[in-house]
Amino acid sequence: MSDRIDITLTINGERHDIRVEPRKTLADAIRDDCGWTGTHLGCEHGVCGACTVIVDGATVRSCLMFAVQADGASIRTVEGLAQGETLHPLQEAFIANHALQCGFCTPGFLMLAAGAIERNPRMSDAELIEVLSSNLCRCTGYENIVKAVRSAMNQMQA
Amino acid sequence: MTAEPRPAADPAPHTFGRPVARVEDDALLRGRARFVDDIHLPGLLEAAFVRSPHAHARIRSIDCEPARAAPGVVAVMTFDDLRDVLTSDRLVVAMPSPSYLLEVHRPILARHETVHVGEAIAVVIAASRYLAEDAAALVEVDYDPLPVVADCHAALAEGGARVHADLPHNVVAELDTAYGDVDAAFAGAAEVVEDRFWLHRGGSHSMECRGVVASLDPLEDRLTVWSSTQTPNVAQRLLCDLLARDSDAIRVVTPELGGGFGPKLVFYPEEAVVAASAVKLGRPVKWIEDRREHFVVTTQERDQHWEMAMALDAEGRVLGMRGSLLHDHGAYTARGTNVVFASAITVPLAYNVPAYRLASKLLLTNKVPVTPIRGAGQPQAAFVMERLLDQAARRLGLDRAEIRRRNLVQPEQMPCRKPMKLRGGTFVVLDSGDYPAAQRLVMEKAGWDDFPRRQAEARAQGRHIGLGLVNYVEGTGRGPFEPVRVRVAANGRIHVASSATAMGQGTKTMLAQVVAEQLGGAIENVVVTTGDTAAMTLGFGGFNSRQAVMAGSSAHAAAVKVRAKALEAAAHMLEARPDELTIVGTHIRMRGNNRTIGLGEVARALEGIAGYVLPGNLEPGLEATEQVIVHDMAFSNGSAVAEVEVDVETGHVQVLRYLLAHDCGQMINPMLVDGQVIGGIAHGIGNALFEWMGFDANAQPLTNNYGEYLLVTAPEMPSIELFHRESPSPLNTLGIKGVGESGVIPTPAVIASAVEDALQPFGVRISHAPLSPMDILDLIARADGA
Repeated sequence: MSDRIDITLTINGERHDIRVEPRKTLADAIRDDCGWTGTHLGCEHGVCGACTVIVDGATVRSCLMFAVQADGASIRTVEGLAQGETLHPLQEAFIANHALQCGFCTPGFLMLAAGAIERNPRMSDAELIEVLSSNLCRCTGYENIVKAVRSAMNQMQA
Repeated sequence: MTAEPRPAADPAPHTFGRPVARVEDDALLRGRARFVDDIHLPGLLEAAFVRSPHAHARIRSIDCEPARAAPGVVAVMTFDDLRDVLTSDRLVVAMPSPSYLLEVHRPILARHETVHVGEAIAVVIAASRYLAEDAAALVEVDYDPLPVVADCHAALAEGGARVHADLPHNVVAELDTAYGDVDAAFAGAAEVVEDRFWLHRGGSHSMECRGVVASLDPLEDRLTVWSSTQTPNVAQRLLCDLLARDSDAIRVVTPELGGGFGPKLVFYPEEAVVAASAVKLGRPVKWIEDRREHFVVTTQERDQHWEMAMALDAEGRVLGMRGSLLHDHGAYTARGTNVVFASAITVPLAYNVPAYRLASKLLLTNKVPVTPIRGAGQPQAAFVMERLLDQAARRLGLDRAEIRRRNLVQPEQMPCRKPMKLRGGTFVVLDSGDYPAAQRLVMEKAGWDDFPRRQAEARAQGRHIGLGLVNYVEGTGRGPFEPVRVRVAANGRIHVASSATAMGQGTKTMLAQVVAEQLGGAIENVVVTTGDTAAMTLGFGGFNSRQAVMAGSSAHAAAVKVRAKALEAAAHMLEARPDELTIVGTHIRMRGNNRTIGLGEVARALEGIAGYVLPGNLEPGLEATEQVIVHDMAFSNGSAVAEVEVDVETGHVQVLRYLLAHDCGQMINPMLVDGQVIGGIAHGIGNALFEWMGFDANAQPLTNNYGEYLLVTAPEMPSIELFHRESPSPLNTLGIKGVGESGVIPTPAVIASAVEDALQPFGVRISHAPLSPMDILDLIARADGA
């Protein structure tokens, strides 16, 4: 377990050369070794989706991936959504639609939605709800999350 | 509608009662918010706990030596190793009640006997959580398994197993809730309906599990504890007792909290152990609960077994109710008798029930303790009441809405004193509201009268749809007080500090709105600090839908005082009269001319200059601390209608529509109110159809992950229609009532009612929740066979 491996993760455009045990999850490496704590761990068994990040364009649960598997990958986390002070349309829509309460699951929902919209910018309501069923939220009852993502998607098309 | 707290004609923007955007959102959306697991300190160590695999066992020995030799390990400690820094081996946290028969305080770490799976026995402190868990697996505990009490019925069995080997029985408390002549009511009844109910709530499942970080500053000899607690001031007092430290030598901070839902109001062994370890080792220590631990050691709200009968006259008026309640309390008293207390008084609350008697037993089981989860005993009580009303309606040939209309507390009865007392000894008084109007409103919006036609059409097509209707009352605003300080700084910023604790409901936004309403309406100029004992020494925190009511009232009172003083000082400085002045944005303005002065300038003047008189000879400082005291509870109410479709082949229930006419008095922020209600409804749908914390006959937890324990996801949510009524509470100046638990209370009951309605052709009776597809099929099969 203690044989550490050198890997490189590029997170939100920033290069991190780190040395990790093979068993270290990508989520822990992002948070603890690279200091991007916006990505949260809610269940560590791949159901809640709070740890969702985008790895080389694919939305993944960073608790179900080892950091070594992401060696050389380009990773986007919630901290990479805004452009400086300008929020991403999804972030704006989450505020306008009260789509977050405690905000713990929110980074996962934002990355899930961002990835889904990039793959299909014209999701139907049914497709959208199907995608959002990937993640868990205990506060909002989902209704406002669905509204927010739909509104951001429409705005991004315009 | 109540009056605004400030005249509408005032030129400053209004923030009270408006759906203003939350002050919390920006940091949360950017990933900049700091939750407890985001705290990293130099030299930080991480803890993992050695936990009992048995529901009941004697601990013969604990061998920590193999673990101590493992890589990266700094310490492996049992209670005996921590004894020198702790004043007690128990957490004495039970709220007072005359009903206790047994005292069962939780040990900080179990020493000789373990009484539930997951109970902490030792702690490993290591350089990382990975290494701490490696070493925890090496701690050798020699257990001698003992007989297990896995449920309420086993707890009562004559000569059966005992949860604690050295206690004489398993009945931790008995509560009798009674008024009126119940037996006479039943003797004179035209109709009696009765049933048995099994109700289960499950876990809280905040998306953030619990966690604690403790760090001792040797220069100041001050211990700082960041804990995911809903009650930091309570935690501080307990830690001061346990660690024998002065109150200013321990600071407890609740960082950003990833949801609470009840169990985070409890003080846990891990908080004591991590704090004690940091003191003992002189190094910062962190423990973050993982989800598997959350399933087994965070408190839950599990089984209640009810037997209840209702006596009615021939017109369907309730004459009396009587029955019994067995309540799974878990292995220790981690909070009190309060869940049962709330269940007991809630049953008859929304209706006129002249006589009532409920005998409740709180029973020890070899499971993690039970404490309130959002709703706290009220959803179960609403379920029992409403199911019996449905049964009575059917028996008497009345419409389900009509029997409710005949029994609801009427608006002219308000304030309506019930012959029952709150736990503090004051009477239960329904403070305001028009319950029949709420029912009428939701029925109209739901198309109640037209539904039989739709239902018949659907049945003709082989679809089984059903409609349910439920009324409920929510006790909110638990007293006695919650302090708030409002201070204007010399730079003009308004600082608000409170012991109220934000769990995600928007507490900071709520306080900022109430304060900004009085002090210029510039919400961005208000900085709110919550959940930090260094900012406010007195207070309780967040639970029981109390923060808007209690802290909101104090914030208003403090802001009104600061406003008056600011105007008085400014009047002196501007050579005007206070009534010629008002606050707009960050400035105090004189009406009719353009003379202004900054709030900050006034605050600076009130800081004084050595040797000079203060403006207007006022007291120094532009600040006020208020702690409005209210003992009575503010009761929110509402009426819910759910429409469901049941697939009689698979047992699947889809909630198609959910309508709620809801009244929480004056709303401070309608957008946040809606968010609270919808979130509560989602939780209630989980309780109605999905969430079951299962244990086997040995009290081994069966549902320890989100594959087995089902939370509601987006597709399970119906379209929700909310309708607000605003009956101000006479108990506080702003007319506020709480809202945090409203959505969850009626939901299991209204879904059960709708499912039963959908399955009318089968004659199915619903008397439990959660209701799985297997249960539905089983009920249909049994009803068919009957």
